[in-house]
Amino acid sequence: MAGIPHDHYEPTTGAEKWLHKRLPIVGLLYDTIMIPTPKNLNWMWIWGIILTFCLALQIVTGIVLVMHYTPHVDLAFASVEHIMRNVNGGYMLRYLHANGASLFFIAVYAHIFRGLYYGSYKAPREITWIIGMLIFLAMMGTAFMGYVLPWGQMSFWGATVITGLFGAIPLIGEPIQTWLLGGPAVDNATLNRFFSLHYLLPFVIAALVAVHIWAFHTTGNNNPTGVEVRRTSKADAEKDTVPFWPYFVIKDLFALAVILAVFFAIVGFMPNYLGHPDNYIEANPLSTPAHIVPEWYFLPFYAILRAFTADVWAVQFASFITGGIVDAKFFGVLAMFGAIAVMALAPWLDTSTVRSGRYRPTFKWCFWVLVVDFFALMWLGAMPAEEPYASFSLIASAYWFAYFLVILPLLGVIEKPLPRPATIEEDFEAHYGKSSNTTPAE
Amino acid sequence: MSNAEDHEGTRRDFLYYAAAGAGVVTTGAAVWPLVNQMNPSADVRALSTIRVDVSGVSEGSQLTVKWLGKPVFIRRRLPAEIEDAQSVDVSALADPIARNANLDGAADATDANRSLDADGQWLVMMGVCTHLGCVPLGNAGDFTVEGVGGGWFCPCHGSHYDTAGRIRKGPAPENLPVPPAEFVDETTILLG
Repeated sequence: MAGIPHDHYEPTTGAEKWLHKRLPIVGLLYDTIMIPTPKNLNWMWIWGIILTFCLALQIVTGIVLVMHYTPHVDLAFASVEHIMRNVNGGYMLRYLHANGASLFFIAVYAHIFRGLYYGSYKAPREITWIIGMLIFLAMMGTAFMGYVLPWGQMSFWGATVITGLFGAIPLIGEPIQTWLLGGPAVDNATLNRFFSLHYLLPFVIAALVAVHIWAFHTTGNNNPTGVEVRRTSKADAEKDTVPFWPYFVIKDLFALAVILAVFFAIVGFMPNYLGHPDNYIEANPLSTPAHIVPEWYFLPFYAILRAFTADVWAVQFASFITGGIVDAKFFGVLAMFGAIAVMALAPWLDTSTVRSGRYRPTFKWCFWVLVVDFFALMWLGAMPAEEPYASFSLIASAYWFAYFLVILPLLGVIEKPLPRPATIEEDFEAHYGKSSNTTPAE
Repeated sequence: MSNAEDHEGTRRDFLYYAAAGAGVVTTGAAVWPLVNQMNPSADVRALSTIRVDVSGVSEGSQLTVKWLGKPVFIRRRLPAEIEDAQSVDVSALADPIARNANLDGAADATDANRSLDADGQWLVMMGVCTHLGCVPLGNAGDFTVEGVGGGWFCPCHGSHYDTAGRIRKGPAPENLPVPPAEFVDETTILLG
């Protein structure tokens, strides 16, 4: 694997040989866990393990929550209260699951922005990137449907607003919306199918994660320099890498421990901080909460959805050339999904041959503006749909698209990159000094 | 493999196409029920028309019923509300169309085109704000008749509707829609 020369698993005992001939599973696990990993990886390379942990946490807590939950409009809210009050340790399981979703999204956003800064999406890692985007989409679907299950006011009205987006699709929108909901409005049929899919999707994500890992184990990890591991010989490769086990496993577990300390502080002392009080009121189709807000991790994309109102010239132009088929509401839906689509297309939009942002002086600035832009959108998504927030949202949305559609293609042509180290070893030694037991290179 | 020179096609080509065609049809036949099961079930469809007893609704009061999962406002208006609604210049309205499912789509938003009966006493409309789908509050907003009532106000983003449920102020683009409705007898309204 990885095209990086390294030692493979050799069965030694009779039993190992017997199994290996029939099912080389030990060899597969060995090669996966012992993969040569660039030794200069920094702390932004911990998020993969955090994400794997989150997926496991959500599946385990989710499966036990299902043992006490009832997916019916008359009983769902009460069964969640039953979990909170009566089930042994139920409140802890539910708080872990609810806050686990937030940790999951913090980690995935850090992971995505890591990839954007260090050019992890560039050739030959495009497939890893695309699979990652699919995982991100599946996560959003799972989180959205999971939030509906407690059947509180935010659950119900959030589901109404978001499924209403599909109704904005011209001509076929309404039948699709009815088909998704199983009726004219969010009701028992909707709750039941969301429950079914909320249980299914994490396993789809698990399968995609396996493919994601398979893909980057085929190309090898990226690293902060963006310089590839030398594949000229095993000796050269060993100067650039260390095996994943034990070096990075221990490092990642340390990072996990630190993050879990913060996570458990939140779960233990402020478990409802990221939630909405309105969701402790049972769903009522005849009364709307005053302010419908999605969970924090959807806010940047929610802001983009709302930014494109009928008075924006781009919306009027789109409406004009399509003969009115694309109206403001549909344009907003397109913009929201488009914001993720342009990110998925980054490998082909970025024309720079330099992988890592560390050696791209202008790119660096544009990237950090994108990070600020992301947090600005997150803040704007939580604000009411009025001035001055509407104009700010429009500017922030415009930058998001400009970064991917204008800046990435242009910068590769006009920017003069800084000199890069020839090897990972050189970068490593510049940071940490020469290790004493390494023979000096020429 | 297959004979490029033989334009007539061979027995083997035929078998390939027939097998592939049968496979596609079979797959489609197997998938369709799995897709169609998500469409509204018979009991949900059965609720697409309901009868509402309005004998208990006195003048100046309002009944909210759930129809197709959404609230429907049924209001028996006072003379002052009707008068107020009739005095409005239709051409000056934000949405000059009646939005009444019982009339044709181009009918203008006069009070007579919005109300259900000839006297204009009964107003039946969806209680769903045309902006982002919130439920407006009754007897509220800038267009309620002072000391009498009527008018609706959406607390989410501040849309004001008048005593005929027409949008007058705020971000909502359309009047509150009137659903298919009729009096089947003196005191019963059929919705749907």
